[in-house]
Amino acid sequence: MPTDGIPIDVLIGAWVATGLTLFIYTFLYRDNPLFKLGEHLYVGISVGYSIVITIYAVGVKLLWVPMTEEGQWQLLIPSLLGLMISARFFPRIAWLSRISFAFVVGFGSGTIIPRLISSNVLSQLEDTIRPLATMTASGLTYTINFLDPKSDINNLITLIGVLSVLFYFFFSVEHRGAGQAVARTGIVFLMIAFGAAFGYTVMSRMSLLIGRFDDLIIFSGAEYGRPTFVLLVLTIGVLVYWAYREKQTPQTTAEEKS
Amino acid sequence: MIFLKRQLPLVVTFCMGVVFAMQYYVPHPTSEALLKNASNWIIIIGGFALILGLVSLIQLHMHRIQRNVGGWGYSAVLFAAMFAMVIAGILAGGKNLDSERALTGYGWAYSYAMVPLQGTMFSLLAFFVASAAYRAFRARTKEAALLLIAALLVMWGRVPLGEYLWAFSGDIAQWILNVINSSVRRAILIGVSLGVIALSIKIIFGIERMYLGGKKE
Repeated sequence: MPTDGIPIDVLIGAWVATGLTLFIYTFLYRDNPLFKLGEHLYVGISVGYSIVITIYAVGVKLLWVPMTEEGQWQLLIPSLLGLMISARFFPRIAWLSRISFAFVVGFGSGTIIPRLISSNVLSQLEDTIRPLATMTASGLTYTINFLDPKSDINNLITLIGVLSVLFYFFFSVEHRGAGQAVARTGIVFLMIAFGAAFGYTVMSRMSLLIGRFDDLIIFSGAEYGRPTFVLLVLTIGVLVYWAYREKQTPQTTAEEKS
Repeated sequence: MIFLKRQLPLVVTFCMGVVFAMQYYVPHPTSEALLKNASNWIIIIGGFALILGLVSLIQLHMHRIQRNVGGWGYSAVLFAAMFAMVIAGILAGGKNLDSERALTGYGWAYSYAMVPLQGTMFSLLAFFVASAAYRAFRARTKEAALLLIAALLVMWGRVPLGEYLWAFSGDIAQWILNVINSSVRRAILIGVSLGVIALSIKIIFGIERMYLGGKKE
């Protein structure tokens, strides 16, 4: 197998990454053992990764080091509160977890109120209610530059958009007459925004797809031993064999399976 | 006992809520330190909450293995992957790179197993999004037509080929995202924020108690 000086860990990594990528893509055919293998590996590896991150980022950095090296023994209190969450597994003392939840929810509720008012309500309103025309030395001007989000025309469109969408979600007033026209404008803005968000999501998924295909193309090189081609053939072979076995096996009913 | 079970959590919520709502308006180093320490405490409690999820996952898959449920082997694979990752992580001291900037076993598993699996899982959605788009974008109404046109314009304008074929497509996509999309997001953000503020006030004053597990003891 030609490796052209590629370190052995990178070489094995290329084969593993290619194999796992192909295993997951087999789902495009249908649910099958190779996909299930990749799926369970993904869950196991992700959970293991989260455990290690939690051990070192929380257990060591925020708990062990401050307690043992800086003498911050008051950190035993959040540890105790954290352990009390596990009381949910024991019905007789499950109520203890309420105190932990109360601590977390109380903190969250308290901190979020002033911050939301400041950043999500007042700041957003400030950016919405802008001058619809600009006063300059030469007099009152009106800028119609669609490419500048701060131009006067875009300020007007933004104001109409925000007010009409807010009105659309305001159900205390019946949407009739002029109100109906405002609500309809809100729907138009919402539909365009949802379409844009959908298109944006599609593009982000496409970029991930391109990234995976990019890796598969790189790993199809001779220096890696062409894992893409070899594993593609093997994967298709396994899928064909599995599909053949499925056809041969007599269909069992759901009751028999259980 | 009733006080400990019912009243104490409400008292804790009220005190924490009031203290940390007030903290925002006290620009003093002590106040800042209080917020920083409390934030660390919340992260520590959150770390312990991982045990909840972990125990649930282990219970589910141990049950499948013990009872030889169909596909129990996959549960064994899950456990093997999880323990291998934890052992590799502990051996590497939680670091992806060692002192010589080479990948540790943990870093290797992250780069060559977790990243490809994660990327592929999410990229699978590209295929399913295409079929979902076909169903959602059939322009049966004027509103659906608007959705379709906006999505097409954004997709068209965000690829180099789109801009090459139609020079204005990038500008139009950017305008839709910067002006129309941001005005809608702003309206939704204001509405959601007002809702969250109202809910937070109800939680602090003990009107909303669902987070304590409803009416159960």
